[in-house]
Amino acid sequence: MTIGLTHYLVLSAILFSVGLAGVLRRKNLLMLFFATEIMLNAANVAFAAISVHIGDLSGQMFALFIMAVAASEVAVGLGLLILIYKKYGTLNLDNFSIMKG
Amino acid sequence: MENYVYIALFAPLVSSLFAALFAQKPKIQLVGIVTSLLIGIALFASVILFMNIEETGKAVSVTLMDWIVVGDMDTKFGFSVDQVTVVMMTVVTLISTVVHIYSNYYMESDKSFNRFFSYLSAFVFSMMILVMSDNFLGLFIGWEGVGVCSWLLIGFWYEKKDETRDVNPSISPSWAANEAFIMNRIADLGMLVGIFLIYWNLGTFKYTEVFAHIGDLSHTMLIGIGIALFIGAMGKSAQFPLHTWLADAMEGPTPVSALIHAATMVTAGVYLVIRANPLYSQIPEVGYGIAVLGTFVAIFAASMALVNRDLKRVIAYSTLSQLGYMFAAAGLGAYWVALFHLAAHAAFKALLFIGAGNVMHAMHDELDMFKMGGLKKVMGWTFLYMGIGSLALSGIYPFAGFFSKDTILEVAFNEHTYGIWFILWLTAGLTAFYSFRQVFLVFFGDERYHEIGAHPHEAKPYALWAMAPLAVAAVVVGFFKEDFVEFVTKFLPEYEMSEHTEHMVVILTIITTLVALTGIVVAYLKYAKGLKRNLEFEQNNKLYKLLYNQYYIPVIYDRVFAKPYKELSDIAWKEIDMQVVDASVDGIAKFVEKSGDVSRKAQNGNLSSYLNWMAAGLVIIIVIAAIAVAVQ
Amino acid sequence: MEAIAFYIFAILITGLFLVTAFSRNILYAMSSLAAGMVLISGLFFILGADFLGAVQLVVYSGAIMALYAFGMMFFDATRDVKEKNTSSYLVFLLSGFSAVALVVIFAAPTIGKHIEPIVTAPQGLDNPHAIGAVLFTKYLIPFEVAAVMLLVAMIAGIVLASKKMDESLSEIYLDADPETEKKEQE
Repeated sequence: MTIGLTHYLVLSAILFSVGLAGVLRRKNLLMLFFATEIMLNAANVAFAAISVHIGDLSGQMFALFIMAVAASEVAVGLGLLILIYKKYGTLNLDNFSIMKG
Repeated sequence: MENYVYIALFAPLVSSLFAALFAQKPKIQLVGIVTSLLIGIALFASVILFMNIEETGKAVSVTLMDWIVVGDMDTKFGFSVDQVTVVMMTVVTLISTVVHIYSNYYMESDKSFNRFFSYLSAFVFSMMILVMSDNFLGLFIGWEGVGVCSWLLIGFWYEKKDETRDVNPSISPSWAANEAFIMNRIADLGMLVGIFLIYWNLGTFKYTEVFAHIGDLSHTMLIGIGIALFIGAMGKSAQFPLHTWLADAMEGPTPVSALIHAATMVTAGVYLVIRANPLYSQIPEVGYGIAVLGTFVAIFAASMALVNRDLKRVIAYSTLSQLGYMFAAAGLGAYWVALFHLAAHAAFKALLFIGAGNVMHAMHDELDMFKMGGLKKVMGWTFLYMGIGSLALSGIYPFAGFFSKDTILEVAFNEHTYGIWFILWLTAGLTAFYSFRQVFLVFFGDERYHEIGAHPHEAKPYALWAMAPLAVAAVVVGFFKEDFVEFVTKFLPEYEMSEHTEHMVVILTIITTLVALTGIVVAYLKYAKGLKRNLEFEQNNKLYKLLYNQYYIPVIYDRVFAKPYKELSDIAWKEIDMQVVDASVDGIAKFVEKSGDVSRKAQNGNLSSYLNWMAAGLVIIIVIAAIAVAVQ
Repeated sequence: MEAIAFYIFAILITGLFLVTAFSRNILYAMSSLAAGMVLISGLFFILGADFLGAVQLVVYSGAIMALYAFGMMFFDATRDVKEKNTSSYLVFLLSGFSAVALVVIFAAPTIGKHIEPIVTAPQGLDNPHAIGAVLFTKYLIPFEVAAVMLLVAMIAGIVLASKKMDESLSEIYLDADPETEKKEQE
């Protein structure tokens, strides 16, 4: 049995949904970050699979840039998390409702 | 030479902007002087161009900039000065210069002195664009520009109150301005249709390109274009049935009447027909229609002038009548004759109007000729000028009108359109009568002005000197007819009289002069010795009342168009606008407010629930994508 | 062989990520995330995207997870995270639905029919070389921009995290009152 593009895409979709479930379920900001990493990785898998499948390197390029973005995001995001933690002493989302309209 | 084109075009603009700087300020004499000088510079540039074109015989063309470049459409903002244009330019700038200088006197005690000059110069600028543009689109811009300036100037004394039609036939300046503007809008629609048809069929606006390919079009299309363009010309030149605005436009200051509503703007329609002569010579049947309409307007307007007592209105009707003459000539294919009459008419009509302005000034804005009389003693120079103007208008040798109007009659005779000839001939008699009726009523007879307590005085010397060029032109222009023909026929088609007509010329001239003289003599007998009013006749004679009330056309328009339109608007306002449009707009607003109230609860400030909303949106988008894929 | 490897990887990754998404303990979550990322690099190797696999190992499993690990030193990681998961019903509905929809889309045979490669791999080069060739020609500017972005992110991270480094965190959040906090800042 050969593994085709579809297999990878379906895996990617499942991983994405797992990440999405995490994003929706988690209230802890750090955990939320983990969940977003999962989603990004799922996208990377899809990119790489399609790229290999059709023989176009663009997909792998995008995966590379996604990694760069993810790295930046983590750097900045963690800095912000630390600030929030210093200020409120918690990372629980429900405690921040400063955007209440 | 290109520089002179720009100078002639932009000097009036600079002048207008300069005056506009002080528009809200009290009178500044410098404004009047500077604007007059700048218009004078434009006149100078026009004359230089005139001499240059006479020497070289070639048109001067300039392209200012790319104007509209969209897809296949590439229209340049270009100007071309050829023989016809340069004649128009010279006429326009000459009259404008005189009127500007004269306005310094006429408007000297008006509180909006500076504003007036701003408008007046803006008008000259628009008119220059109109005549100088090398394409129909630029012509249209100028066309609308003069319309706006005309509106501004007719309504210059906008603060005057509305009156009933019995007291003041043109109700109020602002009413008259709106009437003129709206009538012109109607006509401009026709003109726009014509321009669109041209572009649709030929893909260009430029005169040279349009007229080079005009023969490729079907005859029906040519007729359509010709009629549509002529409808535009009818509005601007106040031809029947769009004529009522011109007489009402006399509500504006008199220099405006002289410049815009006698000499320049109203002749734009004639200019258009002359400019489009390659088109109209392809469709002689439309040309014949134009000639018939022109002839009709000539006698129609002259008949109204016979009985009117308002000094300016009489001259306005005579303008209408003379425009009819021009259209008759242009319609019959004698384009240079029309242009010649246009130029000559501009000179003596402006002279007449400015003279009327002097009289008005002397009589403290009284316009009823029945309340004047005997002014010859106090206003000798004005009498002389108006006498010259009236003689020229009547077509008496050797004044300008004799040459131009006589030629039109010869053309009508030459084309074997004897009906047109006869009516125009008759109109020549009427013209002589009403213009001398006016002269005799104002300057001869008993001094009736004492009754209204007026103390007439002659105008200031510089105002009288400013009029001199027009008077000279009104006298001598006729003698340059041969030169003029030679000059303009390099561009316009020549018009040759048949041999039969050549034989008849002397007889025709004599009988035309005879009828004109008859008109003068009748006017002399009836009015020169003093006014004997026959009140019973004025009140009971149906024909008199018909003429005096302008054939009741303004009233008819009021009843047929204005009143039903107002009622329709009332219905539209109360029933449609309030009940449907307003209600639905309010409904939308209420809906938005209510839904905002409801959905405000979603903004609870909890990021986690926001994330849920986001995910819900994502799912919806994915589902839509899935459906789209499935449909594919 | 490939199929076996794929399925093993797929099952392991999914399982590990599920742990990440649903574990109460931050340390468990992070460890399983790191393991999952290592395994994803395995997927890349199976696909033949060797360079991407290597980068995944270095950047994700190495750098990013190390960053998280260091970041966690600021927080109390040993405690179980107390979360009030209001409506897990909604969560599963949304994510499950999106999963089904995505799977349907991706599994549908129409996908990929009209795709044509724009940047084909240069002939006769293996994957890392090909990536290098393309990255430094066609994607040079995005590459440079990404480099600048990383620099900016690094500086931002340092600046944000280093504020009040000299104060003890435990002291701050013992009297974690926003008002006094503000006054102190001023």
